[in-house]
Amino acid sequence: MTVCYARRYAPLVTMPASSPTAPAAPPPAAPPALADATASDAALRRFLHGLPGVDAVGLEARAAQLGTRSIKTTAKAYAIDLAISMIDLTTLEGSDTPGKVRALCAKGVNPDPTDRTVPKVAAICVYPDMVATARQALDACGGQDVKVASVATAFPSGRAELGVKLADTRDAVAAGADEIDMVIDRGAFLSGRYMKVFEEIRAVKQACARAGGGDAHLKVIFENGELSTYDNIRRASWLAMLAGADVIKTSTGKVAVNATPANTLLMLEAVRDFRAATGTQIGVKPAGGIRTAKDSIKYLVMVNEVLGDDWLHPDWFRFGASSLLNDLLMQRQKLTTGRYSGPDYVTVD
Amino acid sequence: MSEQSGNPGGAARTRLGVAKTYKLFVGGKFPRSESGRVYEVTDTRGNWLANAPLGSRKDARDAVVAARKAFGPWSGATAYNRGQILYRIAEMLEGRREQFTAEVAAAEGLSKAKAAARVDAAIDRWVWYAGWSDKITQVAGGANPVAGPYFNLSTPEPTGVVAVLAPQESSLLGLVSVLAPVIVGGNTAVVVASERAPLPALSLAEVLATSDLPGGVVNVLSGRTAEIAAPLAAHSDVNAIDLAGADADLAKELETAAADNLKRVLRPADATSDWSADPGVKRMLAFTETKTVWHPVGV
Repeated sequence: MTVCYARRYAPLVTMPASSPTAPAAPPPAAPPALADATASDAALRRFLHGLPGVDAVGLEARAAQLGTRSIKTTAKAYAIDLAISMIDLTTLEGSDTPGKVRALCAKGVNPDPTDRTVPKVAAICVYPDMVATARQALDACGGQDVKVASVATAFPSGRAELGVKLADTRDAVAAGADEIDMVIDRGAFLSGRYMKVFEEIRAVKQACARAGGGDAHLKVIFENGELSTYDNIRRASWLAMLAGADVIKTSTGKVAVNATPANTLLMLEAVRDFRAATGTQIGVKPAGGIRTAKDSIKYLVMVNEVLGDDWLHPDWFRFGASSLLNDLLMQRQKLTTGRYSGPDYVTVD
Repeated sequence: MSEQSGNPGGAARTRLGVAKTYKLFVGGKFPRSESGRVYEVTDTRGNWLANAPLGSRKDARDAVVAARKAFGPWSGATAYNRGQILYRIAEMLEGRREQFTAEVAAAEGLSKAKAAARVDAAIDRWVWYAGWSDKITQVAGGANPVAGPYFNLSTPEPTGVVAVLAPQESSLLGLVSVLAPVIVGGNTAVVVASERAPLPALSLAEVLATSDLPGGVVNVLSGRTAEIAAPLAAHSDVNAIDLAGADADLAKELETAAADNLKRVLRPADATSDWSADPGVKRMLAFTETKTVWHPVGV
């Protein structure tokens, strides 16, 4: 079945340089063509609607099939450590206090106090007003290499004027954020105003520039649960990548449907095709609803199968999660001691 | 049924046998073993009775997860409510008296009359323990006199998830005698059924599933006792272990493993333990922790 499926589906998504089925395939894979795609509102719409439709059944079957791989012993140990090092340890609650953020930072730097061989997490993800606190706390406990990510642009709804969103972003960058997680304007996207979304991402990207040179990494959140269809997710992925996103992210974690294996697989295929077309590598971050070590390993299998080694690195793939870390630590304790661990042996956060 | 068509001539018909598939009981559901294994269960003369699931380490792990999940609601239920549910189990068991008599007779090599007496004793034991649910706190707890203006109150609280190795010889009465005292106080249990005679335990799971007992409060595993008990004894999320079904060597090994994570251990009684004797409150109190509260007088 797999073989038949791959044959049927591959021509739709892998975008050959010169495709005989021109109407269904996206424009030829060359940067100039993509530059044309964003020349005007009409051109952008034509490009996004010209992307091949998503085979929903095939996509879900493929994602489910990749979830059945059995990862054991040394491979599992490697996967668990890799997953820990890819976590954006997140707290995005109205009730966040500086104390809670400091506790989270300490945990991110030293996830298991009983075992110093556990890697650090990739980043701590907080609201903009907590960025300075997080940076300070990380530096204080030896986490200089742990990044601080900040949500911005009126997270999670994104319902604010552009000026407000840009000010939000600049504040976070000025406070020391290394990464900015922005949300797209789903209202504009769903009503077909793609150029507005495009320009907004561009503007936020510019606002990510630091005073002293360099710029903060930009992650663009689509909120897949609100985009309704797989076709929309594919369009949003291309739109964000064309606009200059460094990472595309599934969701905010604040709605009912968050990261699913299927919609993450779709985004992985989009970044693969984008690199084939333009040579630019884009990262992916599934967020929300990934709670168990088993789930996270399924995502890593998907990354390995769709994108390969190039993306199996915290710079290119991240998990937005909070409770996932505890489950990974319990699994790690099981592997090192041979005994099943329990929630009494990890912190409550 | 005798008028059923498709039976020309009405001669004596032979029905196809409907063999029962015995399964594990985990989280209120009846799964097969995760390992897919089964083993043959025989009566005392060596005649095949049924295939029982041969549980694995991962079944034990899943059972602990289910038991941990059920602990909050079960320990938080009122003692009165727990007593009612335990009594309900006795009622359901009474309705299946014939079935259990046959299973116990086959499993333990007893005559029908003797097996029936053991089933009756098991039912009576459920009733006896059901009555204890709202009394054990009064008997084991109390107000302590202290030198100061304080109320000082001690109450026995459930310990948590308890692994229970059911007695090997007494397949139903022994099982009930170790299981009921664990859950009556608000603990949840992972039971490893008798290795040689697991069928009454697996059938008891069907009774538990239809007695308003919340899923996960009791989880029943069958298989090699030593294989399943080892990960349970070493499991950090199991709070206590009852070694009733372990022989001396295994008990020593499990006690060592349990000491590693400071588990509460109930050592096995001597081999000739008589399960029909009055059990007393010892087993109930073995799986409680005494909580003492100081409270100022007059506030």
